[in-house]
Amino acid sequence: MFKAVVTITFKKSILDPQGTAVHKALTSLGYQDVEDVRMGKHVEILLRGEEQEEAEAKVQEMCTRLLANPVIEEYQVELVEVQV
Amino acid sequence: MKFGIVVFPGSNCEADCDYLVDKILQEQATYLWHADKDLKGVDCIILPGGYSYGNYLRAGSIARYAPIMEEVMAFAEKGGLVLGICNGFQILTEAGLLPGAIIKNRSLRFQCENTLLRVEQTNTPFTNACTQHEVVKIPIAHEEGAYVADKETLERLEKEGRIVFRYCNEQSEITPEANPNGSLNNIAGIMNVQGNVLGMMPHPERCAEAILGGVDGEKIFRSILAWWQGGAGR
Amino acid sequence: MKEDFWRETGLSESEYELIKEILQREPNEVELGIFGAMWSEHCSYKHSRNVLKQFPTSAPWVLQGPGENAGVIDIGDGQAVAFKLESHNHPSAIEPYQGAATGVGGIMRDIFTMGARPIASLNSLRFGSLKSKKTRYLFRGVVSGIAGYGNCLGVPTVAGEVYFHPSYEDNCLVNAMGIGLMNHEDLAKGLAHGPGNPVFIVGARTGRDGINGASFASEELNDATKEKRPAVQAGDPFMEKLLMEACLEVIKTGFVVGMQDMGAAGIISSSCEMAARAGTGMEMDLAKAPRREEGMNAYEMLLSESQERMLLVVQKGKEQAVQDIFAKWDIEATLVGQVTSDGLMTFREGEEIVAQVPAKALTEMCPRYDPEAKEPEYLAQAQGYDLATLPEMEDYGKILLTLLATPTIASKEWVYRQFDYMAGTNTVVGPGSDAAVIRLKGYNKGIAVTVDGNSRYVYLDPYRGGQIAVAEAARNIVCAGGRPLAITDCLNFGNPEKPEIFWQLKEAVAGMSEACHELETPVVGGNVSLYNETKGEAIYPTPVVGAVGLVEDLAHVTTLGFKQEDDIIILLGLTKDELGASSYLSVIHGLEAGKSPEINLELEKQVQQATLELIKKGLALSAHDCSEGGLAVALAECCIAGKIGAEVALTDNIRPSSILFGETQSRIVISINKSKIDLVLQELKKLQVPYKVLGSVGGNTLNIAGSGWKVNVELAEMVEKYQEAIACLMKG
Repeated sequence: MFKAVVTITFKKSILDPQGTAVHKALTSLGYQDVEDVRMGKHVEILLRGEEQEEAEAKVQEMCTRLLANPVIEEYQVELVEVQV
Repeated sequence: MKFGIVVFPGSNCEADCDYLVDKILQEQATYLWHADKDLKGVDCIILPGGYSYGNYLRAGSIARYAPIMEEVMAFAEKGGLVLGICNGFQILTEAGLLPGAIIKNRSLRFQCENTLLRVEQTNTPFTNACTQHEVVKIPIAHEEGAYVADKETLERLEKEGRIVFRYCNEQSEITPEANPNGSLNNIAGIMNVQGNVLGMMPHPERCAEAILGGVDGEKIFRSILAWWQGGAGR
Repeated sequence: MKEDFWRETGLSESEYELIKEILQREPNEVELGIFGAMWSEHCSYKHSRNVLKQFPTSAPWVLQGPGENAGVIDIGDGQAVAFKLESHNHPSAIEPYQGAATGVGGIMRDIFTMGARPIASLNSLRFGSLKSKKTRYLFRGVVSGIAGYGNCLGVPTVAGEVYFHPSYEDNCLVNAMGIGLMNHEDLAKGLAHGPGNPVFIVGARTGRDGINGASFASEELNDATKEKRPAVQAGDPFMEKLLMEACLEVIKTGFVVGMQDMGAAGIISSSCEMAARAGTGMEMDLAKAPRREEGMNAYEMLLSESQERMLLVVQKGKEQAVQDIFAKWDIEATLVGQVTSDGLMTFREGEEIVAQVPAKALTEMCPRYDPEAKEPEYLAQAQGYDLATLPEMEDYGKILLTLLATPTIASKEWVYRQFDYMAGTNTVVGPGSDAAVIRLKGYNKGIAVTVDGNSRYVYLDPYRGGQIAVAEAARNIVCAGGRPLAITDCLNFGNPEKPEIFWQLKEAVAGMSEACHELETPVVGGNVSLYNETKGEAIYPTPVVGAVGLVEDLAHVTTLGFKQEDDIIILLGLTKDELGASSYLSVIHGLEAGKSPEINLELEKQVQQATLELIKKGLALSAHDCSEGGLAVALAECCIAGKIGAEVALTDNIRPSSILFGETQSRIVISINKSKIDLVLQELKKLQVPYKVLGSVGGNTLNIAGSGWKVNVELAEMVEKYQEAIACLMKG
């Protein structure tokens, strides 16, 4: 069994109004040293399988086909084997 | 003329489109179920507004994989007319039938209001009943309605005259104040290279009766009818 | 049985004893939990049922009165409208977004479970002062929650009201109203008829959310109850949309014997209510009910308030047909039991019976209380405040602008722009007018809908306040061109075990009942929300009225804005020297005092009928009733909506502040075409309705000329103050 953690964020070139709003809120709460805030999605996938490489390839495919929109988003995948 | 209105789980505006085609345009309308692969020989496909699949993950991201969409894409490839409204526009961008993407409104809130659109192109199946640079009043109702695309794509759209509607003010000027949601270049609707697929965020099916506040929306449907009756696109 | 346990379920000692008597044995823990939920105030209405008996509930056009999931009225052409108002106050105070969202979800299920397709949503919201951060947080969350859920369902949110008042600071109120349309033959009821008929649970899986939600809503809020976070459920509007489509489709097959949504106390309340109504029983194997968490026990399964679930009783033999429809919509539909003839609710887990209780014991046999009622001490003094001592102010124009910028009066556009009020392409009049109008496709008619309730009037005179709540709602229907047909209500009050609070409830309902009787608008359903108190401070007694009327011809649709220059403005009704209980008194003088304005129901009826007559004859071009802020605010609102000024003379022989800002009842401002003035005055004389010609529409200022005083306000300034008030406060 593998657990993949996918983090999806807007590309730097896309204006992220939520990130901006959260940044402003943090500043108004007193956190003056915040440089930037970007919002993203966190997806956890528990995947049955034997081979790590195969699992990684599958998750990459899931990202490009569905989980992330390449026009506006980029993603990172972290995959580890887990005992169930 | 036969219109096919696709119904996804979560679509909301299919009945409104059906009513317009059937009662106002007085043409044939039929529903196309998301899980079917039968286009029933329609002449124009409408992807209506709503919250297909709850707009989960990204609006339209799951609907684009519905079985019916394979047929819709083949239909579009062959030159068939496709009109995507609101959620329909989002599905078209996710499916790659139109470039770019739609993201959350700059205000981060849902906005239901009338908007003024300037018609940028009239030699299209969707706007031939309008005059060049005519200002039409059509409502929006969305939380994710800001059109974005990279610099190259935007340049191409501009150069190729594929931006069909832009948010404008009463003087028909394209200004930031007239932009309700933060769409780049005030883009409200675009079409594909072939000119047979149009996506727009405002809802033309919501203003085709005076009693509802306006009839400018009817022009888009009359244009489609005129285009088809004129023999083009068959 | 340990005292802790039955007390934990909210039961009193005498109730526990009664249960033992009914069962002729000691109840087990699951059974006690069931009684605790079903006999809670929220589910049983035990403190209010006897009071609610005062409501008139029938008329030839009422197809279904109180007692079902929603009331239903006939609107002609074989069509019927189902509607109801419900509260979700306690959850919204804890988690505003989900509290409000699930409130909408719940009321929509109540509508479509009757076989009606939801066509409109309204809401009545009350918060503390917008100056407080907490209020802004609650306000923002509640509005987002309503929007998030309602918009996803595709049901237009077309009207509502929002009040800001300190008494709601710690107890916000969120009342949601649902309206649905059906053909007579589609009417479905919550009845478990026919022993042997299969019982299904459909929709979302059952989880641990919201267990004890019913008891939670039957308690005051304090630091201890704030810990009950799990009592707020999360809603899934997408699931509800699919559920709605599937249920409506299944009802049309005719194979549904009965259907009920699962709201408070989920499985147990829906099942025992359906059985009790039908005089039958039910047996259910809880092990078969789909769950989304491991290890849920019978108690949890029965009391869970997981959203988006329905209970269905299907005709024996039609199980597959019904399951196919749910499968088409990707909704789980699970056979869990059947109807029985023994009148017992028998719950099993596999073979083992875990609870067995007579259905009627959980419903009809719940004790009803006639609590002590006592007039509160504050009342005599508050009512007796000598308003003659009140100084006259100098700048009435400035006062008018201040009132227009008061959040309770100001434009609610900040709110309703977040609602899709155009969904369904039926909204002829949307938010911002006196009542919304939904047209009925295929017919040249529509329904007018509104929700109203001035709680200050009730606080200062519950009987009168109750009468006015109903009168105002009916008046708003009339101003839109509709004939009021029936009402629903939500009674939001404090702790009824306190004699002063119970007195308020009793008197308010008595007043409402009289008005319902006079105006011929029966109560077809409603909701009671009690225990709206924190640290001993109760909210203002707040009965909210949702009214539905019929617009017989879409040509009658009328809105409040003035229409064009030179139109003549006429006030129907009489202006009296009544500043008591007014917004003016509260906002400008900081007083919650005086007598609530009088209401003469005969006069009210006359004024309403005259207005409707003039509208039907095409003579009244606009209509707007006088409410908060009085005549001056009403005129200002007509100018703002019409984007045009007016010039009027108010020559009544009473003090200016009363003329301008007094909230005398039964007054409607109309405007007519200049050429029709003789005809209109003739009509009014014939109808014997008191009236005054005030002046005319035109220009870009509101000019009011009195005897020795005047008001001159720029339209642009009124527009700015009125429209920006809430948006400005929310920027902070």
